[in-house]
This record gives sequence, structure tokens and C-alpha cells, in this order.
Amino acid sequence: MASKFTRSNGTGWLMAGPAVALIAAFVIFPFFFAIALSFTNQRLISPNPTEFTGFANYSQLLGVSALTLDPVRDDTGAVVLKDGAVEYPALRAFTRKNPDYPHLDGMREWFAFDTPFGGDARTFVLARDVVFMKAIVNTFLFVLVVAPVQAGLALCLALLINQRLRGINVFRAIYFMPVVVSIVVVSLLWRLIYDGSSGLLNSLLGALSFGLIPPIDWLGDPSTALGAIIAMSIWQAVGFHMVIWLSGLQTISPTLYEAAAIEGASKWQVFRFITWPGLRNTAVLILIVITMQAFGLFAQIDVMTSGGPLDSTQTIVFQAIDRGYGKQDISGASAISVILFVIVLSISLIQRWLTREKT
Amino acid sequence: MAMISGDNHGLRLAVRYTVLLLIALIFIFPLVFMVMSSLKPDQQLLVDASSLRAFLPVGDISLNNYLAAFERAPVGLFVFNSVLVTGVTVALSLLICSAAGFAFVFINWKGRGVILSVLLATLIVPFETIAIPMLLMVSKLPWLGMDGLTWGWLNSYHVQIIPFIADGLTIFLFVQYFKDLPGELIEAARVEGASWWQIYRRIVMPLSGPILATAAILKFLAMYNQYLWPLMVTQEEGYRPVMVGLQYFFQLNIAWGEVMAYLSLITLPVLGFYLYLQKAFIASIASTGVKG
Repeated sequence: MASKFTRSNGTGWLMAGPAVALIAAFVIFPFFFAIALSFTNQRLISPNPTEFTGFANYSQLLGVSALTLDPVRDDTGAVVLKDGAVEYPALRAFTRKNPDYPHLDGMREWFAFDTPFGGDARTFVLARDVVFMKAIVNTFLFVLVVAPVQAGLALCLALLINQRLRGINVFRAIYFMPVVVSIVVVSLLWRLIYDGSSGLLNSLLGALSFGLIPPIDWLGDPSTALGAIIAMSIWQAVGFHMVIWLSGLQTISPTLYEAAAIEGASKWQVFRFITWPGLRNTAVLILIVITMQAFGLFAQIDVMTSGGPLDSTQTIVFQAIDRGYGKQDISGASAISVILFVIVLSISLIQRWLTREKT
Repeated sequence: MAMISGDNHGLRLAVRYTVLLLIALIFIFPLVFMVMSSLKPDQQLLVDASSLRAFLPVGDISLNNYLAAFERAPVGLFVFNSVLVTGVTVALSLLICSAAGFAFVFINWKGRGVILSVLLATLIVPFETIAIPMLLMVSKLPWLGMDGLTWGWLNSYHVQIIPFIADGLTIFLFVQYFKDLPGELIEAARVEGASWWQIYRRIVMPLSGPILATAAILKFLAMYNQYLWPLMVTQEEGYRPVMVGLQYFFQLNIAWGEVMAYLSLITLPVLGFYLYLQKAFIASIASTGVKG
């Protein structure tokens, strides 16, 4: 409306002002503050003045190096075996103040693999901060599983709920119910369900398999803990995205379906050529929203595992909070926040680019 | 022939309902388990968890866990804090974000286009990435309160309220809604000499029932269920909300009966509220998806 009657600089600023000021102070400022802090050695409470430290926080977090070592050989040149395994020189010799390897100083082993085409040689991947590396890997694992599985299940539920049946609203209401329950409550509840000795899940699996499946300590075993948290997170949030799919489904014109019915299209054809193209925009939105939410994984970890067992459920945000709040290392936590933001931003840009309108 | 197809129809219907019902069980069983367990003594609760009795109010049923929970932690205080923080934030958010939406859609002022795009750009900043610098920031902010000028916002109600009043999503929802209102109406009112405040108060707000409900529900869920922020900013018991209060029950030997009682206590009112306003809740989530 460009009319002179709707023109009013003063009132416009007055009415938008409070919201603009609040967002500037509590979103935009902290965002740039995080970037600034990540280049310092700021702590929450410290007697020493804050100093500019350049990229020190980033190299501390992201420092990675590889070292290829030949096995230890005896005087005859034969490979030395220790407990049946090939023995390699101790990494400590390289990472503890070795003047020939200054860039490895203070690093720890992250993982190792046999060097391809290298005979008996083995490559050790070292990281300055192994826990943070694990947190990055775990977070990506979480996102890579949760995003497609949750979006897919939510779509199935939406298609199921989108039929004309008596009482269908009751089912919709039930499927959505976990969404209104706090993730903290859900996490604590599932701790008991996942319990290793008297958990509901173990009882259920035991009964279904007539005792063939032994009880598993779902959250206490490094190989199942992250999976257990993934399953629970999907259970809690899938109803949210079901509703978003549903609103997408309801924007598709019924006449298209009628036309398809007259043409005698199969159910799959109807989905493939009418429903799915009609859901394109919804799909892009859901994928981006789930990805962003999944990268923020924190409460489940804090309540259920605190990052354990053996760092198998460490995540980026849990690390940021653990350092910034637990260890009062604000600058390190800010660097983690910036790294997280760069990851989230690049992934949503990639997603937008991949799903762009091809014209 | 007709009869066979009739039977087929009945069978298909039965299959559909069975599938719907089985899925419903998956979503509802932990919640039933929570409520039933809250009524049982610890010993029985853990034994029952290995059978279907977990979902039934059988055995030694009582409200003892609820009484014990109230003894272990100041539950009433936590509930009061949560209700206060959530209620005040929702009310202020509706006022401030709707006024901003109004200004962006109806009023023609310098800079509105640029500022609106900056506000919408903040939607891609996850809260988790600014939580830590914000913690440092609020620990140093001044506050003029009843004790005069003090420094640092930690351990207060306002530290839990003020940062969450305005957010890009709420403003965006108001903007979308206001765009669909007839703009001629507002322009006509201006021609007639109505003030902006009158238009906001008398014309636009009365037409905004659905969007106010949507924004209120989304804010309510986000605030009541908040965990990370209050965990960091309320080291003192007096200001803690219900989700942080949970920590009182994380002792070495978890008293599961009390935990379940506390969880039921803080969850059932919200679930009841949700079931009562079910259509509005679902519509409000759906409206966040009509961006495309």
C-alpha cells in the first residue's frame, strides 16, 4: 500500500521497534558476539583480561593429522607380534614433545586403518580433540538417519491419516500427542523403557522371541546407545512433521484425484504423479526443518547418557554446552557454535540447491 | 457378488482400523506407562515393567509417590515459576510481535523491507548456536529492579522471559496472516481519520483470533518445555521452572515412582489442554508449514 494515508515513519518504527530491538539484542548480537568470542580466550569468570588468540580455538578443535607407521621389526627384519597382533611404534613417541614432529604435539589417536597398498604399514589418524571429532561424527550420523527416516515415516502417517474414515481425528490426535510432551520428560521416561534389566523394551522383545533375545542395556552399550536415542527422537517428533505433510496434502486439488480415478490410475501412479509432485515444496521445507532441529540434539543426551558410554553419544551441541557452561570455557564453546552454524548453513544451502526448481 | 464385495469392504475397513490402532498404541504406550507407574511403589513398578501389568492400575495403587515428590522438591514453586514465565512471555510476545507484523504489513515506513528480511534471516540461526555467548552477555547486563541498579541477569524471571518475547517465526506468522486481511479496510479507516492505534485495536486485532491462538500455542509449547536455557541461567532454586526441577529426581538411586509422579504432574495438564484444544494445536503446527 503506497497510499499517502498509510505512510507514517514514526508509527511504523514505534510499532515494529520493540520487536526489532529485542531480536537485535537477543539473536543478532549474540550471533556476532559468538564469532568474536571464538577468536579469544574468554572464560565465564576469569581474573585475567581477555586476549585475542586468532584461530587457536579452531585449530584446537579441528586439528587432524595422519601418521603412517611401519611395524616394529626385530634384528632379522621380521615383524614383531605382540599377543598375536602386529606391533607398531608407540604413538606417544611422536605426540609428546618430539622435535621432529612439532605439528603432532598433544594429539591423540582417533582411529587407525591398514594403509592401502602399504604392506604391513598402518595409518593412524590423530586429532587434537578426539571427543569433539566423535561429537561431529555422531551428530552427522544422527542427522543422516533422522532426517530421511522421520520425514518418510511422517509422510506414511500423513497418508494414512488423510483418508475418510469415521474417528480418524482421534488417531490424528493420538499420533500427535508426543509432540506436546517435553523432550526432557520423554527422555526420562524412555530411560526406564530402555533399562537393561527391568526395561519394558527388553521384556517385550523377550516375550516376542520366546526368550531368544537376551536383555540389552540399550543406553549402556556403545553400539546401541545412539540408535536408541535416534529411535526415541523420531517417536517424539514424527507427529509434528505428519501434520505439516498433512497440510501439504490438503492443498492438492481433489479434481486431480478425480481425473486420475476416471483414467483408472493405480494407487502408486496416483502417488507418483499427483501426490508427490504436489508435495514438493512441503518436502523441501520438512527436510530443512528436520535437519536444523536434528543438529541441535542436546536434551536427550543430557538426560539419558551425558555423552557416554565411551563418548558414543557425544554431540556438537552437548560439547558446546559442556564446555561453555560446565567448564566455563566460553571461547571454546563459541568456536563450536560457529562451526555448528557454518555446518547448518552449508547444509541448508546445499539442500535448497539440490531441490531447486529446475526450469 | 454384491455380498462378496460387501464383505471385502468390511474386511478392508477392519484391516485399516487395526493398522491405525496398532500405530496409536506405539504413540500412547509410554504415556500410559508413565501414569500407571506413578501410582505404584518402586519395587512393584520395576517388576510390573516386565509384563502387561505395566499398563494397568493393578496391585498396590496409591498417590504416595505424588506426596513423596512434593516432599523431595518444591514442586509447587517450580510449577508457579513455569506458569509465570510462560504466561508473561506468551502475553508479551503476542502484543509485541503482532504490533510488529502490523507495522510491516499495513504501515508504509522507511526501512521496513530491509528490516523484515533481516528478521526473517534470523530464522536460520538455531538457538543452540547463540546460547553460550548469550549466557555471557546476560551475566553482565544491568537491571533496574526493586533493589535498585544491579548487574547480571542470572537467577531471575526476566532472564527467562525477555530474550524469548520476539522471534522471527512469530512475526512471520503474523505478517502472513495480515497480508490476507483486506488492506482497503485499513486504508478506508485511515481516510476516515482513524489513528493507527485504533485500527490495530479495533479492526485488526478482532479479526486475528486464529493467528493469536496459533502464535500463543507455539510460544506456550516452546516456553513450557524449555530446558537448556533455564538450566544454565537458574542456579538458584527459587527461579527454576518444572523441567529443570526434574534434576531433583536424578539422584544416584532413582526413585522411579516419584519420577513418574513428577512427570505425570507436569505433563498431564498440558496433555489435557492439548486434547481439549486439539484442533487449534494441530492447526497451529500446520500453519508453520505453509511457507513454500
